[in-house]
Amino acid sequence: MSTLEIRDLHVSVETKEGAKQILRGVDLTVASGETHAIMGPNGSGKSTLAYSLAGHPKYEITSGTVTLDGEDVLAMSVDERARAGMFLAMQYPVEVPGVSVSNFLRTAKTAISGEAPALRHWVKDVRTAMEQLRMDPTFAERNVNEGFSGGEKKRHEILQMELLKPKFAILDETDSGLDVDALRIVSEGVNRVRSSGEVGVLLITHYTRILRYIQPDFVHVFVDGRIAEEGGPELAERLESEGYDRFLAPTA
Amino acid sequence: MTTSPTDVAATGATPTETTTTREVRAPQMSTDLSTDHSKAVADGAHTHGRGGTPETSRASRATSFELADFAVPTGREEEWRFAPVARLAPLFDAAGTGLTGTGTQVTVVNPAEVQVEIVGRDDARLGTAGRPGDRAAAAAWSSFREATVVTIPAQAVASAATSIRVEGLPVAAGGSPPEPSAVHLLVHALPLSEAVVVIDHLGEADVAETVEIVAEEGAHLTVVSIQDWAPGSVHAAAHRMRVARDASVKHIVVTLGGDVVRVTPDAEFTGEGASIEALGLYFADAGQHQEHRLFIDHAVPSCRSRVTYKGALQGAGAHTVWVGDVLIRAAAEGTDTYELNRNLVLSDGARADSVPNLEIETGVIEGAGHASATGRFDDEQLFYLRARGIPESDARRLVVRGFFAELIQKIGVPAIEERLIGAIEAELERSMSELDALAPARQVEA
Repeated sequence: MSTLEIRDLHVSVETKEGAKQILRGVDLTVASGETHAIMGPNGSGKSTLAYSLAGHPKYEITSGTVTLDGEDVLAMSVDERARAGMFLAMQYPVEVPGVSVSNFLRTAKTAISGEAPALRHWVKDVRTAMEQLRMDPTFAERNVNEGFSGGEKKRHEILQMELLKPKFAILDETDSGLDVDALRIVSEGVNRVRSSGEVGVLLITHYTRILRYIQPDFVHVFVDGRIAEEGGPELAERLESEGYDRFLAPTA
Repeated sequence: MTTSPTDVAATGATPTETTTTREVRAPQMSTDLSTDHSKAVADGAHTHGRGGTPETSRASRATSFELADFAVPTGREEEWRFAPVARLAPLFDAAGTGLTGTGTQVTVVNPAEVQVEIVGRDDARLGTAGRPGDRAAAAAWSSFREATVVTIPAQAVASAATSIRVEGLPVAAGGSPPEPSAVHLLVHALPLSEAVVVIDHLGEADVAETVEIVAEEGAHLTVVSIQDWAPGSVHAAAHRMRVARDASVKHIVVTLGGDVVRVTPDAEFTGEGASIEALGLYFADAGQHQEHRLFIDHAVPSCRSRVTYKGALQGAGAHTVWVGDVLIRAAAEGTDTYELNRNLVLSDGARADSVPNLEIETGVIEGAGHASATGRFDDEQLFYLRARGIPESDARRLVVRGFFAELIQKIGVPAIEERLIGAIEAELERSMSELDALAPARQVEA
């Protein structure tokens, strides 16, 4: 049982016009086994939250804390965070030419477990996970994300989530750009990991569509860099019918 | 990495028209280095013959066995403009008295099928693979006293690689640097023979070298030249190749060590159906200058050439130059050529120049193209790998290995492939130890 606590998180990015404040005091607590949907209009800071938690150097934490079971996440380097159990499924995964998927997965697993996985089990685990995500076996020999279609990139992200077994997984718009078939396959993958009850999921999305496949326990609406409203799954249904307009309307 | 792939297919050019593609000189390394054609077109620096600045055809460049036919380079000449001519000056033999140093030794280890001879400069087989193309090459030619000739007899298949070591003999501690010397090698593959020849350059030397490579009809010859000199070394090497009908040459250049290394492989096809695969791998550290200038002369029909050079640079003052000239003469119908250069800049202060030139005098060809790109080490790639728990030094290693992997797989000589992987690891080890030393400071910043 683990807990990820985000307290009063303020984050800015450097722009040509100087530092720009994106997150303005985010409070969020996620426990193992819970799935939190983070929803909100474009530009509300959802992806900034994801990348800030993963430690992307572009984002500067100006105040606030993030702890994982009491450990200061913000003091950790990018790879230390991953080894502590954080995982970010990226919206735009990067190509790594000349590095095969199988080599990459093994290297990552070794880094996270602190030892090389037992070969026989590992090969079987990879094969099973790939089959479940309807990925062709030849995929393992391709270079990481090189020439992957949008759907293949997202499956590859979820494949990593299944194999690396993080404590907390942040899925940054994993659903965007997917057709319904791909969305279902990816969602099944996420649900398999969730069914262990050992992972906390932050599901960042612009659309409610994915919530038909991945049932959230909590829904948070992000507006202008902070959480504007929180609720259960019913909040997503309301957003489905009403959209984000009521959050964006200028206050009188 | 943020490469900017640029591919230009120049098939179907109007016959008799000269088409020259020229890359812009890559900018200083503080920003993304790119030789993107689209940008080059935009600023008018990249032309395909019409409307641009006319370039001198490579065919009209002087070649000669006479030293006096080449002026001592000043650095303003096209073929010397990137080079540190002051460091190379001893190899220009300005006085015309010859490069008389004796500190460079050649040793050959050969399998039984391959013959090795030491011959005088009057041997009729020497000087048959084209003529010197610049002052250093002419000085190499006019200076050598003895040449090493490696012959693969007709239809012989060498059972093992032939090893040629060109070694700078140790200089006494505190002694003067090595005197400029000249080395001449001839690798002669007779018809239908097959062999692998590996030329190693090591120790400390100041040497002008000629490597003649003659592949007769139907021969299959692989020549690997590894420049892994000790610091302080200066090396100018002219590789001149003649490739006869149906022969195929794989020419592999690996440059790792030495202060200044300049290799100029010239290749000419003399019969139809011949092919050349030219591969190059280089890794420049702080203060090193590594220059590779190729010229592939498609003088006869239906020949094929492939050029793939990849380099990595790290450290202040690391400088690499790649120039790839391909000339498809009017007679060379059915030519198929492609050349590619990629550079990966691992740290600030390094500089890569990349200049592909393609001249086409006939439109009746199979294909002709080139691509050139130089990219910085990509922080997003690094972030992606690190976000999967892979420590920074390992992530960098993965990316650099990946960058070279495809090229190394093309070499086809397992022992050489393993050696190169080891050499790249060693180069990386050097930069990683610097990186690791910085790591604690960086984490505090984060």
